[in-house]
Amino acid sequence: MYKAKIFVNYKPSVLDPKATVIQQTLTRLGQTNVDSVMVGKYFELVLQGNEAAVNEQVAKLCSEMLANVNMETYRYTLEEVEA
Amino acid sequence: MAPTPEQIKRERLYEPLGLTTAEYDRFAELLGRLPNYTEMGLQSGMWSEHCSYKYSKPILKTFWTHNERVVMGPGEGAGVIDIGDGMAVVFKAESHNHPSAVEPYEGAATGVGGIIRDIFSIGAKPVASLDSLAFGSDFTPHNQQLIDQVVAGIGGYGNSIGIPTIGGEVQFDASYQQNPLVNAMCVGVMPKSALQKGAAAGAGNAIIYVGAMTGRDGINGASFASSEFTDEAADRSAVQVGDPFMEKLLTDACLEVTRDHRAALVGMQDMGAAGLVSSSAEMASKAGYGVTLNLDLIPQREPNMTPFEIMLSESQERMLLCVKAGHEAEILAVFAEYDLEAVVCGRVTADGQYRLYHHDELVCDIPVTALTDAVPTYTTTPRIPAALAHPAPDFVPVVADATATLQALLALPNIASKRALFSRYDAQVQTNTVVLPGDDAGVIRVRGTHKALAVTTDSNGRLLALDPYRGGAMTVCEAAANLIATGATPLGITDCLNYGDPRKPEVYYMLQESARGITEATRAWNTPVVSGNVSLYNETSGEAIAPTPMIGMVGLIDDLSAITTVGFKQAGDVVYLVGQTGDDFNGSSLQFLQTGQYAGRITGFDLPTAVATGQAVLTAIQAHLVTACHDLSDGGLAAGLVEMAASNVLGARLTTSLTNAQLFAETPGRFLVTVAPADVAAFEALVPQATRLGPVGGNQLCIDTCDGGVNAPIADLIQTQQEALAWQLA
Amino acid sequence: MKAAVLNFPGSNCAEDLLWAVGPIAGAHAEIVPATATDLTGYDLVLVPGGFSYGDYLRSGAIAKFAPVMPALRAFAEAGGYVLGICNGFQILTEAGLLPGALQWNRDLTFICEPEPLVVENATTAFTRRYTAGQVITLPIAHGEGNYYADDATLTALEAHHQVVLRYQHNPNGSCRDIAGITNEAGNVMGMMPHPERAVEALLGGTDGLGMFESLMEVCDGAYA
Repeated sequence: MYKAKIFVNYKPSVLDPKATVIQQTLTRLGQTNVDSVMVGKYFELVLQGNEAAVNEQVAKLCSEMLANVNMETYRYTLEEVEA
Repeated sequence: MAPTPEQIKRERLYEPLGLTTAEYDRFAELLGRLPNYTEMGLQSGMWSEHCSYKYSKPILKTFWTHNERVVMGPGEGAGVIDIGDGMAVVFKAESHNHPSAVEPYEGAATGVGGIIRDIFSIGAKPVASLDSLAFGSDFTPHNQQLIDQVVAGIGGYGNSIGIPTIGGEVQFDASYQQNPLVNAMCVGVMPKSALQKGAAAGAGNAIIYVGAMTGRDGINGASFASSEFTDEAADRSAVQVGDPFMEKLLTDACLEVTRDHRAALVGMQDMGAAGLVSSSAEMASKAGYGVTLNLDLIPQREPNMTPFEIMLSESQERMLLCVKAGHEAEILAVFAEYDLEAVVCGRVTADGQYRLYHHDELVCDIPVTALTDAVPTYTTTPRIPAALAHPAPDFVPVVADATATLQALLALPNIASKRALFSRYDAQVQTNTVVLPGDDAGVIRVRGTHKALAVTTDSNGRLLALDPYRGGAMTVCEAAANLIATGATPLGITDCLNYGDPRKPEVYYMLQESARGITEATRAWNTPVVSGNVSLYNETSGEAIAPTPMIGMVGLIDDLSAITTVGFKQAGDVVYLVGQTGDDFNGSSLQFLQTGQYAGRITGFDLPTAVATGQAVLTAIQAHLVTACHDLSDGGLAAGLVEMAASNVLGARLTTSLTNAQLFAETPGRFLVTVAPADVAAFEALVPQATRLGPVGGNQLCIDTCDGGVNAPIADLIQTQQEALAWQLA
Repeated sequence: MKAAVLNFPGSNCAEDLLWAVGPIAGAHAEIVPATATDLTGYDLVLVPGGFSYGDYLRSGAIAKFAPVMPALRAFAEAGGYVLGICNGFQILTEAGLLPGALQWNRDLTFICEPEPLVVENATTAFTRRYTAGQVITLPIAHGEGNYYADDATLTALEAHHQVVLRYQHNPNGSCRDIAGITNEAGNVMGMMPHPERAVEALLGGTDGLGMFESLMEVCDGAYA
C-alpha cells in the first residue's frame, strides 16, 4: 500500500486573495520578513497496488479531480505504508 | 472505567456537570437507587437550563400564548399560526451565543442549522431566515474578526442550504463586548394538514435515527468528564461543525416523509441540545410512552464512544423519527434515495421506562419522566437594581447645528446601514423575496396565494437596561411597527430571552419585568408568543449583558398590491409624520452621541396610543393611500428621513414646529409616510394623528424647525449612512 | 421549447429556474435528476445554481463526475443549448464545456447584490432579445464568481465574441469584467448572475426574462 501526499496550489499567475490577506496580517503583526504566502490544499490518500500503477492513478486523480488545472498546479509524494 | 454510583455520590461528580446535590438526591429518589454514571450524565443534560428551562419556566408561564389563529403554541419544535387558504406559517428563533463566542464561524452556522431543523421537523418547508446579532461597540481587531466570522458562518450555512436570509438586525453595545449574541430565526410554510408533532407513541413502533454520524462534538460537561478517563483529549474538539449539504438532503428527505408517508410516520424531532437523549426522552414523554435504544446501532464517527458520549453528543444534522412497526423499510428507502444513513435503533415501549443497551448490557433503566417532567423549577426573589431605583436626571440636549448632528448620528454603527454585513447573505434564493433586507421588515410572497409574509427581528438591550418593563413592551411595539410599515397585520411572535445569571436578584428582576412588558404588549397587538428559547448566564467576569429579549414577529399581507417599502417613490408625494413627538431623549442615540452613555428613565411610551397609531397607519396602507412608510426608531425623525431618501436618492423640503433637538427625539410609536397628492384628503381623514411636513423632491434634505433645521445635499447624508459601518469595520 | 433543469444534490436554484422558464416564461420545463443518463428530446438544458455536493472540493468539481455528465456532454456536442447559472457556470467550466475557472471573489466574501451588466453580444441564442450595449440589472449571489482564464484564452474569447455579459462595476475581480461567456460554437453559455431571479416585477425586475425568451425564440422559431 502507498500513501500519496498531494499538494494543490494556485498557479503563480492566479490572484490568491486569501494569501494576500494572510500576508498583510503578518506584516501588520510585525512579521515583516515574510516575503510571500501561498495557500493550498493538502490531501492524503492511501491506495492499494504497485508503485507504478498507483503513481499513474494519482496523477490522473489530481489532474481530473483534486486540482483544477486551469488555475491550479499539483505535486505529490508516494511512500510505502503497512497495510 | 466509569466511576461507580457510590463514587459519584461520595466525590460529588455531578457537580462539574452542573447538578446540585439537591438535584442529584432528587433524581436518586425518583430512581429508588443511586444513578450510574450514564444515568447521571443523562440527568445533567436533561436537567440543564437549556433543556428544562428550570429557571425560566415560571417566567415563560406568564406569556400569552394562544389566540384564535394559533394552531400550535410553545412546547413543540416551533409555533404554528393559521394564515388561511388551508396554509400555516411556522416559526421559531434560537440563540447560539456561547458557541459563537468560542468559535464564531461554526457557532453561527450551527445556530442557523439547528433552527432550520426545528421548522422542517414539524412538516414545514423553510422559506426564510433572519438573524439578530449583538456585538461589542469597541471595534478591536478581535471584535472585527468575530463580526466577520459570525456573518460568514450565517452566510456559509444559509446560502448553501438555499434558504433566503430576508432580514435581521445588528446592534453594537459595550455590554456585548465579551458576550456576543447570535439569535437565528427561521420561518416555514406548510399546508395545515401536514402538521406533525415530535411524539413517540405506540408500543413496538420503531425509533429511526437519520443523518450525520455521532461524534464527540458539543459534549460540554461530558467532554470534560470523558477526558478524565482517556488520554485522547488533545485530538478532540467540543466545537460543533455544520454541514449544510447534509442538512439540505435531510430537509428534502424529511419533508418527503411528512408529505408522502404520513401514514407511516408517528413523530419526528431534531436532535438539538443534549442530542439523542433529549429528542428520544421528550418524544416518549410527550406521548406517555417509554423507549428502548440499542446504542451499538447508532452510527458513530469515532471509536470507543461511551453511552454517556453517544447520548449527549451534539453532532449536527441528525433527526429522530418514530415510525409505525412494519413501515420501517418504506421510510429507510426514502432516506436511501437521498444517500442518507438511517437506522432503526430502538422501539417504543408501553411501560414508560427509558432503557439503553450498550455492548449487550443494560446501561440505563429509569422512568422517562425522571428526565423530563420531574425537573424542579426555581425562582429567585427579584430586586430592583440601584440604577433603576434612582434613575439619572432627564437628559436635555442642545442642538445648535442640526445638520452636523444628523451627519454624526448617521455614522453611529447602530444607525448606519448594515448593508456591508447583510449583502453577504443570499436574500433571494427560492425567488419569493419581495422586500429585501435593509427595509423595515423582509417580505416573501406565499406561492400559490395572493398573500405575503412580513418578518422582523427586534431587540433593544439599552432600553431594557433603563426600564425592563417599558423596554420589553417597546420591543414588541417596534417589531409590530416594522411589520405595519410593509403593510402587514402582525400575527404572532417568537422570542429569545438573552439574560445574565438568573440566580442574581437583579437579573431575575430584569427577566420578570421585561416578561411583564412583553406580555402586556403582545395582548395589545393580538400577537401571542408561539415559540422561543432562553439563553441565560450571558456574563463575563460577573457582569451581565444588557437584558435583551429578541422579538421575532411574523405578519400577514392579504393583498400583494398593498406591500409598501421605506423608500421615497416620487417627487411631489407629501411627507407626513404620524404620532406625537415629545422631549424623549433618555436612552436615545442623541444622548449617546453627546454624553457617551444611555441614562435616565424612559418617557413618552403609551401602549394604547402606540397600537392605535399603528393601526391607523395600517388601515391607510391597506386602503392604498400610502406610497412609502417607515417606523421611527434610532435617531428619530431626522435619521428616518435619510433612510427613506436613500433607496431612490430623493430629497425633501419640509417644515415642522418641532425644535432642532426634537428632530432626534426617540418618542416611540411614530411613523413617517408619504402620500400621493391626489390621496392627501382621504389620508388625512383616515389618519388624524398625521402632521403634514412637506413634499418629496430635489437634491437637498431641508427641514425647517422652529429654531433652525437641517439643510444638506441628500447624497452626502446617504453616503454617510450607507458607508459609515464599512469604514469603521475596515 | 422543452427545457430540462438539472438537479444535483446540493443544487438550490432548480425550482427557481423551473418557475421562471415554466409558469413565467411559458415554456415546457421539468426537473431532471443528476442520476439521469439521457437528455434526448430536450431543446435546452439548464444547469442551476447552488452548492452541488456541498461544493466541498471546489465549486462544481464533484458535480463534474455526476452520472448525468456524459449525457450533458453529448447533448452539448450535438449542438443542444446549455445554460449554466452560478454554480451551473462553475460546473460547466470544471467539466471543460466552457474555458476558464471561477475562483474566490476578490474580497473573499459572498456577495448578494443587484448588478448592472452590459450585453456585449446580442446575437447569441441566449441574448438575441437584448440589444448590443444594453445595460440590464440582474442579481448576483456567489462567493466564487471571480472569472479567471489565462491571457491567451481571454484573447481568444474576445476574438470570437464569446464574452456575452460584462459587469459595469466589477464586483468580484473577474478578468476583463466577465460575467458570462459562451463556448466557441455558441450553444453553451455560463454566467454568474441569476436571470431567473429577475423575471417578475413583484420581485424587483424583469431584466432576466429576455434570456429565456431568446432561447424560446430560437427553439420555437416564430416565437412572438
